[in-house]
Amino acid sequence: MGSIETPDVGLGDYKWGFHDEENPVIKTERGLDEDIIRQISAHKGEPQWMLDFRLESYEIFKSKPMPNWGADLTGIDFDEIYYYLKPAEANARSWDDVPETIKNTFERLGIPEAERKFLAGVGAQYESEVIYHSLKTELEDQGVLFLDTDQALLQHEDLFREHWATIIPPADNKFAALNSAVWSGGSFIYVPPGVRIEQPLQAYFRINAQNMGQFERTLIIVDEGAYVHYVEGCTAPTYSSDSLHSAVVEILVKKGGRCRYTTIQNWSNNVYNLVTKRAVAEEDATMEWVDGNLGSKVTMKYPAVILKGERAHGEILSIAFAGEGQHQDAGGKVTHVAPNTTSVITSKSISKDGGRSSYRGLLRVNKDAEESKSKVVCDALIIDPESRTDTYPYINIAADQVDIGHEATVSKLGEEQIYYLMSRGLSEAEASALIVAGFIEPITKELPLEYAVELNRLIQLQMEGSVG
Amino acid sequence: MPDLVIRNLHATIADTDTEILKGIDLEMSRGEIHAIMGPNGSGKSTLSHVLMGHPGYEVTAGEVLFMGEDLLDMAADERSRAGLFLSFQYPFAVPGVTVANFIRMAVNAHRKGGPDGADDPIRIPEFRKQLQEAMELLEIDKSMSSRSLNDGFSGGEKKRFEILQMAMLKPKIAILDETDSGLDIDALRIVSGGINALVGDDMGALIITHYQRILDHVKPDRIHVLMDGRIVRSGGPELAHELEASGYAGIAEEVSA
Ligand SMILES: Nc1ncnc2c1ncn2[C@@H]1O[C@H](COP(=O)(O)OP(=O)(O)OP(=O)(O)O)[C@@H](O)[C@H]1O
Ligand SMILES: [Mg+2]
Repeated sequence: MGSIETPDVGLGDYKWGFHDEENPVIKTERGLDEDIIRQISAHKGEPQWMLDFRLESYEIFKSKPMPNWGADLTGIDFDEIYYYLKPAEANARSWDDVPETIKNTFERLGIPEAERKFLAGVGAQYESEVIYHSLKTELEDQGVLFLDTDQALLQHEDLFREHWATIIPPADNKFAALNSAVWSGGSFIYVPPGVRIEQPLQAYFRINAQNMGQFERTLIIVDEGAYVHYVEGCTAPTYSSDSLHSAVVEILVKKGGRCRYTTIQNWSNNVYNLVTKRAVAEEDATMEWVDGNLGSKVTMKYPAVILKGERAHGEILSIAFAGEGQHQDAGGKVTHVAPNTTSVITSKSISKDGGRSSYRGLLRVNKDAEESKSKVVCDALIIDPESRTDTYPYINIAADQVDIGHEATVSKLGEEQIYYLMSRGLSEAEASALIVAGFIEPITKELPLEYAVELNRLIQLQMEGSVG
Repeated sequence: MPDLVIRNLHATIADTDTEILKGIDLEMSRGEIHAIMGPNGSGKSTLSHVLMGHPGYEVTAGEVLFMGEDLLDMAADERSRAGLFLSFQYPFAVPGVTVANFIRMAVNAHRKGGPDGADDPIRIPEFRKQLQEAMELLEIDKSMSSRSLNDGFSGGEKKRFEILQMAMLKPKIAILDETDSGLDIDALRIVSGGINALVGDDMGALIITHYQRILDHVKPDRIHVLMDGRIVRSGGPELAHELEASGYAGIAEEVSA
């Protein structure tokens, strides 16, 4: 029996905490300097402008102080991290080309299964490189591009350069600067005008090497009237020293287009997960972030939408589960730039075993964004008295005639409610897991079925940790 | 031995010395209908919760045997699986969990109680059929089964759904705590019809009520009057009429005399 089949582990025994023997082809030294950045860039055979971009970003990274708000980041030691690792020589195109040890990992994560079932395309990030990637020919025929970001730079340089770092420039924040300097892998998606991809595109991310930073960079361009749903699940094995995951995701949704980006992250308990995600929605466009954060030591993540065109709509749904020793600082940011724009932020958090979850939201309505509407709902569920939740809603409104709603609730998992369910025959653990599943149902119902099932199962495992 | 035997049951509010139940004795079996009546605050709901295993009360003396087993030794879920049911006076809401899913989980939890404790989940078509029949019996609109359990339900709707759960779980003894309160006249008739359809060789009911009304529909074999944590009188169905006519004051005088 593999470690994947241990039914009653808490988060302490991370279910997917197995790891392959590392056999990387290229691995840079610990720590970061200009030389390492040059090595990364040379290894990838990048054009000069990208190397220059990386080096400039590195200077910005060095000059920016660590954020002094949000979660405690003092445990990060930038000199202890490996910034680049490439596991296999070539970027495999079909399953048969994927090396055996890596395949084993994917088997245990159920990737081929998932692919067989319903995927239109799979890009799986293994350490720093996307090594397995397939895309159905019908999508290619429609002109859809779905490939890892490194390849996109080499193969579609003009389109790439036109949009690169336009939504999140390196100077945005310290971690965006770091990502810009050392980025590797991630997904690049382009959907041509009017093309609607009905099945979700999926990628699977995984950190394997100890102290391996993962700095993937995703860029999605949804052209006019096009639609895509991109789904990304993450899981990382357990190690004793801390890992850093610092991704950047930029999305442009052009006129009348729609993009949904779904992430379920389940990092092991030593990962610092500091991600910058931002989308721009043009006229009549819709951007939806669905974001689930489990595991990790610290998560700081606030998916953002800039409603740039009239009648653009932005939606952010997030769930955070903070267990022992974890701080989930998550939320969302929306900026209404144009008139008649609408947004909804729904945030649900669960804190257990002394875990801490914070909702941090920023809602800004610029002067011209008249007749805009926004609704923010954040609900926190506290499982035991040791745990904690806070809300930091920042609202900044410069326009007239706007309709803004904000609701926040904090509830405690009630002994009497559990008793009610137990009086119907459910065990204490089943009862509390069911209450939690019901609490996050507004989010799970938005997920592809397999992710909803997986999320409920992960939460059930975490709930079983202390009850009964 | 009767299916349910309560002997000299004393209970306090947990972690306090406040005694609510002060020595209850009661016996009943499947096939029987008993009613408990008594003034507000006399301890009727407390009795029902102590029997069901509410964590907020502590039994300080006495014993309860259910189907020959020590009931007080079991957790609430075990009591349920052993065949005890409580229709709550104030049911809780479970947002995000549909009536159908919840009842299916409960049914499956009961089916798990086989000799080897193995999972034996009910097949979904079979479950749907049973649920539909029970909903028809209680004249509940089909669309209600996909709503979140008790979430935003009216008082009367909640009571009807308690009885729906009872119909699906098929207990041996069901305690119905003021199931009639909040029901309109038609709903009372429908719910009473449901109870009558279920009571029989396989089920008995202990009905807690303030009103004669429900007892006109569901005919009790015995009536017990609970006052200040004790059963002060028991008798046949005629006792309810007596109470209706003269209230509890008469009995109180009688008892203290
Ligand atoms: N958890 C509790 N904390 C404090 N007091 C309690 C608690 N539970 C019961 N009581 C008290 O015990 C007494 C009996 O309450 P109980 O709910 O059993 O009455 P009841 O007979 O069901 O009344 P009603 O007819 O109004 O439903 C009341 O005085 C009530 O206030
Ligand atoms: Mg009561």
